[in-house]
Amino acid sequence: MVGKTLYDKIWDAHVVEEQDGESILYIDLHLIHEVTTPQAFAGLRANHRPVRRPDRTLAVADHNIPTEGQAKGVAAVADEEARLQLQTLERNVKDNGIEFFPMGDVRNGIVHVVGPEQGRTQPGMTIVCGDSHTSTHGAFGALAHGIGTSEVEHVLATQTLRQTKAKNLRVTVDGTLAPGVGAKDIALAIIGKIGTAGGTGYVIEYAGEAIRALSMEGRMTLCNLTIEGGARAGLVAPDQTTYDYMLGRPAAPKGGAWEMALSYWKTLYSDDDAVFDREIVIDGSTIAPLVTWGTSPEDVIAVTDVAPDPDSFATPDKRASAARALEYMGLQAGQPITEAKIDVVFIGSCTNSRIEDLRQAAQVVQHAFVNGKLVAEHVRALVVPGSGLVKAQAEEEGLDAIFKAAGFDWREPGCSMCLGMNPDRLAPGERCASTSNRNFEGRQGRGGRTHLMSPAMAAAAAIAGHIADVRDFM
Amino acid sequence: MQAFTRLDAKIAPLPLANIDTDQIIPKQFLKTVEREGLGRGLFYDFRFDENGNEKNDFVLNRPEYKGAGVLVAGDNFGCGSSREHAPWALMDFGINCVISTSFADIFYNNCFQNGLLPVVLSAEQVQDLMEEAKGGNHMVTVDLQAQTVVSPSGKTFAFEIDAARKEKMLNGLDAIGETLQAAASIDVYEGKRAISQPWLERA
Repeated sequence: MVGKTLYDKIWDAHVVEEQDGESILYIDLHLIHEVTTPQAFAGLRANHRPVRRPDRTLAVADHNIPTEGQAKGVAAVADEEARLQLQTLERNVKDNGIEFFPMGDVRNGIVHVVGPEQGRTQPGMTIVCGDSHTSTHGAFGALAHGIGTSEVEHVLATQTLRQTKAKNLRVTVDGTLAPGVGAKDIALAIIGKIGTAGGTGYVIEYAGEAIRALSMEGRMTLCNLTIEGGARAGLVAPDQTTYDYMLGRPAAPKGGAWEMALSYWKTLYSDDDAVFDREIVIDGSTIAPLVTWGTSPEDVIAVTDVAPDPDSFATPDKRASAARALEYMGLQAGQPITEAKIDVVFIGSCTNSRIEDLRQAAQVVQHAFVNGKLVAEHVRALVVPGSGLVKAQAEEEGLDAIFKAAGFDWREPGCSMCLGMNPDRLAPGERCASTSNRNFEGRQGRGGRTHLMSPAMAAAAAIAGHIADVRDFM
Repeated sequence: MQAFTRLDAKIAPLPLANIDTDQIIPKQFLKTVEREGLGRGLFYDFRFDENGNEKNDFVLNRPEYKGAGVLVAGDNFGCGSSREHAPWALMDFGINCVISTSFADIFYNNCFQNGLLPVVLSAEQVQDLMEEAKGGNHMVTVDLQAQTVVSPSGKTFAFEIDAARKEKMLNGLDAIGETLQAAASIDVYEGKRAISQPWLERA
């Protein structure tokens, strides 16, 4: 018998039955938030269908919420539509007996920060959420992906999802990362190499020495960005790093149950003779600090590089997209990317708002600070922790004091400027060094220009006032 | 879900790669608690300038493409956010079929939940349709039963589609209703799992 991949193992363990060529896949954990659920609950009500497993469902408020004044409560949210959506979620979770961490609760925050932090996210689980960055939870060796609102309704009603199986792709990152290079750079390097549609139809398993060396926060950053490469989900097989992270978390198994869970988790790896449909190998030691120049996450260059010439692209629609992207971004072909002057720095999002991300950024800021440098005069810089607990931890470590002393704004948790559904957004033409996940046109605000990069690189840009090489700040 | 069988409609060309769901329906329209009425936000930043005036040069604003029911676009259509507001907006606007060389996974799934047909054709065929759509005649026929697209000049392109999905789309079947027929199997699965992996009951 041919060996199984990690994806095969998790898939097989969750198939309830096959129906009309599709598999009915059991869902262990359903995370929900205010934006993609109102229509799903309305659908249930219209069809008199109950929520099958409210106890397997957890709700947070993250996309719409302001990142200041959260203690004033939802009634004080200025945006009327956002307020209605937040109130609708409150009503829906109450009516259906679903656990909810409301805005202002220390446990609330970005859904993909909260799940892992609470120990809800566990190896071997199937996890879905009406949000594409659900791939984040794959860092624990859980099969996790985003779904649309109709599928949210389907999971609420049945605790299952109808799925056809994806193919297996293994991305192996060998070697040791150079100083100043981290998980974000690995992810951008992969997307730059395979393109935003390169992973379509696949589930990616990340393997290799450089992946094993990553912390859980780093693995979450990597799996989070898997969707930007088009793959359905990303996976890292659980190991001691995973177990160490899990131990003692509020929802993690305790006592005998921990031992029982641990012995199961240790079976979650790809067998030596497992066959992958496709394999990609990258030498991690060659990855430089990266930034995006355009309006797609595949538009990746080294920070030492120049904006590309649209004529260098292979197909007519790629050339058209590249020319449009350069114009939108206000860049010239051949221009060194470090010449791009920054107006705004955003450190946050489900990609990079965890404690380690904040530590890395704070380290760069502190280094500059002791050398007499602050956030550049013309730059507006925000740090938005991923959850109330991340914020509390950072404050205990004194990171907030470092950021504030250097001129950063220290905010309350939420999705914030990653998608600008709340008051945090870019003005037209503003250029942002952002630790988020999407540089799409208008993503952070109409006409806003986004350069994706690591937290350390964003911190360096805040100090320099333009895109800068973090290696000059170490 | 709305059934899709056959569509005779105008086709509009959008020759850009990686059209993401933020472009299809920008964030400010996601605050609604309704499914209806999202057509007003479709391709908002393409259709309207900063002052809310229609941009005359955008394809869907041009008189010859008014009422288009089919869109032909570049690679990787619908990438990005999982927002189902993207297919809702397209359908509310009157677009019931999108043709491209490839679609992002979640968007592709979302289409099938709503009766919006995503058709995958080869790069050459998409290019062909793109050119023809720019000409004087914009009428195409998309036939799901036959799995064909007939171009304005009468060329027939066959496309592949998963049989189960085709069946559901043709009949407009309710996926939840289908799955609930397997409720007994779900009960059995949960019962077994509560014994073999009891820690998951408390996670």
